[in-house]
Amino acid sequence: MGSNMAEAHPVGFQWVMEAKARGARVLHIDPRFTRTSALADKHVPLRAGSDIALLGGVINHILSNDLDFREYVQAYTNASFLVSEEFADTEDLDGLFSGYDPETGTYDTSTWQYENGFPANAVEGHRHREQSAGEQHGSGGPKLESGTGIATDETLRHPRCVFQVLKRHFSRYTPEMVERICGVSREDFLEVCRAWTSASGREHTAALVYSVGWTQHSMGAQYIRAGAIIQLLLGNIGRPGGGVLALRGHASIQGSTDIPTLYNLLPGYLPMPDARHAGKADYVESIRGTHQKGYWHHADDYLVSLLKEYWGEAATEENDYAFDHLPRIDGDHGTYRTVMDMIDGKVFGYFLLGQNPAVGSAHGRLQRLGMANLDWLVVRDLTMIESAEFWRNAPEIETGEIIPEQCRTEVFFFPAASHVEKEGTFTQTQRMLQWRDRAVAPRGDQRSELWFIYHLGRLLQRTLAGSADDRDRPLLDLAWDYRTEGDGEFPEPSADDVLRRINGVDLTTGELLDSYLQLRSDGTTASGCWIYSGVYAGGVNRARNRTARTEQDETALEWGWAWPANRRVLYNRASADPQGRPWSERKKLVWWDAERREWTGHDVPDFPATTPPGFEPEYGEAGPGALAGDDPFIMQADGKAWLFAPSGVVDGPLPTHYEPHESPMPNLLYGQQASPARKVYSREDNPSNPAPPESGGEVFPFVFTAARLTEHHTAGGMSRQLAYLSELQPALFVEVSPQLAAERGLADLDWAHVVTSRAAVDARVMVTERMRPLRLDGRVVHQVWMPYHWGPSGKVDGDIVNDLLGVVLDPNTLIQESKVATCDIRPGRRPRGRELLEYLAGYRRRAGVTVETGTHVMTAHTAASDATVSDTATPDGPDTTAPDTTAPDTTAPDRAAPDRADREEDA
Amino acid sequence: MGVREWIRSWPVYRQLTGADRLGRGDAAASAQSRERQPRTADADRVAGSVCPYCAVGCAQHVYVGSDDTGEHVLQIEGNPDSPVSRGRLCPKGSASKQLVTGEHREERVLYRPAYGTEWQELDLPTAMDMLTDRVLDARRKGWQETDADGNPLRRTQGIASLGGATLDNEENYLIKKLFTALGAVQIENQARI
Ligand code: SF4
Repeated sequence: MGSNMAEAHPVGFQWVMEAKARGARVLHIDPRFTRTSALADKHVPLRAGSDIALLGGVINHILSNDLDFREYVQAYTNASFLVSEEFADTEDLDGLFSGYDPETGTYDTSTWQYENGFPANAVEGHRHREQSAGEQHGSGGPKLESGTGIATDETLRHPRCVFQVLKRHFSRYTPEMVERICGVSREDFLEVCRAWTSASGREHTAALVYSVGWTQHSMGAQYIRAGAIIQLLLGNIGRPGGGVLALRGHASIQGSTDIPTLYNLLPGYLPMPDARHAGKADYVESIRGTHQKGYWHHADDYLVSLLKEYWGEAATEENDYAFDHLPRIDGDHGTYRTVMDMIDGKVFGYFLLGQNPAVGSAHGRLQRLGMANLDWLVVRDLTMIESAEFWRNAPEIETGEIIPEQCRTEVFFFPAASHVEKEGTFTQTQRMLQWRDRAVAPRGDQRSELWFIYHLGRLLQRTLAGSADDRDRPLLDLAWDYRTEGDGEFPEPSADDVLRRINGVDLTTGELLDSYLQLRSDGTTASGCWIYSGVYAGGVNRARNRTARTEQDETALEWGWAWPANRRVLYNRASADPQGRPWSERKKLVWWDAERREWTGHDVPDFPATTPPGFEPEYGEAGPGALAGDDPFIMQADGKAWLFAPSGVVDGPLPTHYEPHESPMPNLLYGQQASPARKVYSREDNPSNPAPPESGGEVFPFVFTAARLTEHHTAGGMSRQLAYLSELQPALFVEVSPQLAAERGLADLDWAHVVTSRAAVDARVMVTERMRPLRLDGRVVHQVWMPYHWGPSGKVDGDIVNDLLGVVLDPNTLIQESKVATCDIRPGRRPRGRELLEYLAGYRRRAGVTVETGTHVMTAHTAASDATVSDTATPDGPDTTAPDTTAPDTTAPDRAAPDRADREEDA
Repeated sequence: MGVREWIRSWPVYRQLTGADRLGRGDAAASAQSRERQPRTADADRVAGSVCPYCAVGCAQHVYVGSDDTGEHVLQIEGNPDSPVSRGRLCPKGSASKQLVTGEHREERVLYRPAYGTEWQELDLPTAMDMLTDRVLDARRKGWQETDADGNPLRRTQGIASLGGATLDNEENYLIKKLFTALGAVQIENQARI
């Protein structure tokens, strides 16, 4: 679901085909019939943005028919844990959980805790959302004060145990409701349920694959939570052939998350410190509980080792290892906020390092107007991309919004070295690092990013040498003595040396470390990213391991190196039963060897090596020693997988069906229309199309979704310049169903244009049955699909599809909702120049779009009143919204009452 | 050519009578194609690499040859040893030789001054010096010492960076490290998209 794997990850898809050839059933659930659907056993179309309703239906089906893998669920998840009496569910509050603050649009999560009443996290929900806190748990789980002593009911009957809470929460997600919300027929839905449950259990496992079709939603993290809950209920996590597999879209996007170029993270998913952290001790206390279980309890070791790598000798015990050299965050510093700050004149310089936001980010116009209001912009790329040339080829030149002679931004273009002209590691989508050797030298001024950053740092240090200004200390103290190769003033820094320091060294002996278990908080170890510690184990660059697949078993531990500790299946202790025996012979992966008293198997066991299956920790014990023999989830504060998330997710402890920010449908389950915690930016330059209960949505009656093609790559910077790829996919097109084509007068291969309140985009029409109209709750909903790879540069050009989208974000990740919006489509080409601006203003006027549209996020009918939640509007922003718009009616409820029949049938 | 030889020169005859019944090897060869050599035959060496597009991480062999102008990439192929890709590459991975050797590659630093309408060339060391000054200037203009409550921030909002998912781990490491030391916090990449 949320993935067109055959198209976007074609070589990975060979394994799906291999599994199919060996008897696996492949189901593809996706709005559009794609290359993946064509090869699947069955395609189930659904309305874009309705996945949680379907997944909730599957959860309800499992629970009401006792189809869960009960032994696994009881032993390895938090199903039996009791939830606080103060917790109130969406069933009680018309689509909200307890703790909602309508003023800020965020949750205070303290009522979502377990019953034993340990205090909630100190930072309130608002701050968590601003800092994308949900994303900071990429390796260590969220904090709990204690991992032991939690009240449980092993019979799973207590009304407040997680199992029962889950059951009630999804009780109205019936096959009928799934049909009305998603447009999936009852028969298709039940076939999905049967296929999924019958392929799970002791003898079988089922894998769930997703991509950005799930993440790019205003509740993307909750889509994935919903999938994970099903996989846990069916016992499909930590077992061979199971899992929730994210397919990522760039060669090292996993690596750039682990070793983050992200504002809210330090390497290894340590959060960036917040302005309110008084010092190192306070910071460590805030990210892990004093009595919590597992390896995240040792966060201090990981932090100090990082600080020692950053600041070397200058990081001492006396100065808290230079912790205060780290700048503090205190809110949203994500890329979309930053671009709005550029427009508002608060940012002066911008580096673009292999990214092309003028085409690739949502709301391209916002991106380009931001770039046009800087002191300077640096673009480093292989080729001339749109983001480097916005001052002469942006669509805003034609509309007069950017005038080259009046655009003040200085632009530096630095040609980059390609993947064969430098050495280093990529981390692919399964956490595996693979080293690349340098094949040839780059030409002319082409340089690696390593070269660029290293020498920029060196020049900055040289310029500031001798400065007495305290703010220059972190830069002057920075350990920047990487080995270099070659002569002259600008030699190439050694990627190998950087990787060694990421792996870490014992500072007392100078030896490379073998594993993160050796890291210490007393300043005797340095490691740039604790989860990567071990990539240089034994002094060998394991990312360069290349034992042929034919010379090892299928786990292939000798090819590359996967973090952590070269484990290929995370939490693989769960592949054995509580007594440590494989659940079945067929699905054997890791088990307890009673004779040698240690864990063993085909993969590297993901558990303390000698903790026996029956081990029970003392009450009050903390860290890895507190893990019981049946606590496979060793990075979780309580050792269990979380069906219900008492902390760490900012928009609800359980996934809930909300409509997308822009939707033609009212929410049939709750008065709360869309995610109550989604992040909206109320600005003149970021208008939204209306959605129920607002009126005016009929002006944008169709569901819009966009995705990739095999033959191009993301924003096209690495594909539209290539003759082969451009020839294979030469032009932008829009897929519509024959029914919609008839309704709007669209002819195959003719021009049409797609319109939202932000932009209008030209494309060739492709009339195809791949797009199917959906019958939903007595109405027909049409969906429109476009690939998004084109822009004004390159061998083949086209309009920028991302211009159609506005900026509204998932509060956990601050990722934009770009997989679903509403739109109109009309035959013929769009107007150009100033006429285009007038055309869009006309659409907004007819739809009643104002700066407030879409920002009244709370629509549930509870005691709390309606409130506008948003960042402040910018009165002096560019005028994109006609001033004479009429305010939409935001008060009238427009939803069907909860369906009594559904409730009864399910009881 | 005699009649018999003439008949034997037909690929279909050879396919039906010879060992290559599928017509994928010898049966399909002609005198011309027999003389052909794979492009990789002239390679001096082969470098182990990884496809730079998506995160499947297909392994590549980069064939390198040389002439009097230096070393060149002759061909990029899938590495059959890989347990991930088994030697396969999709259209993008197969086109990566064109990606790295194509004419579209820029080789010179280019500079567009404020209010300019054309690119100008700039030499690399000069560009690095100009940039060093600008970074310090933007950092100063956006500096924030404390928040409204007097808590230390010690950061700049004047500098932002975007990109990293196409780069190496080692590069991302240095980017985050340097910008953090500068006090720049708005450091982002494609993972936010
Ligand atoms: S060859 Fe294709 S599938 Fe393989 S990594 Fe490259 S882009 Fe991805």
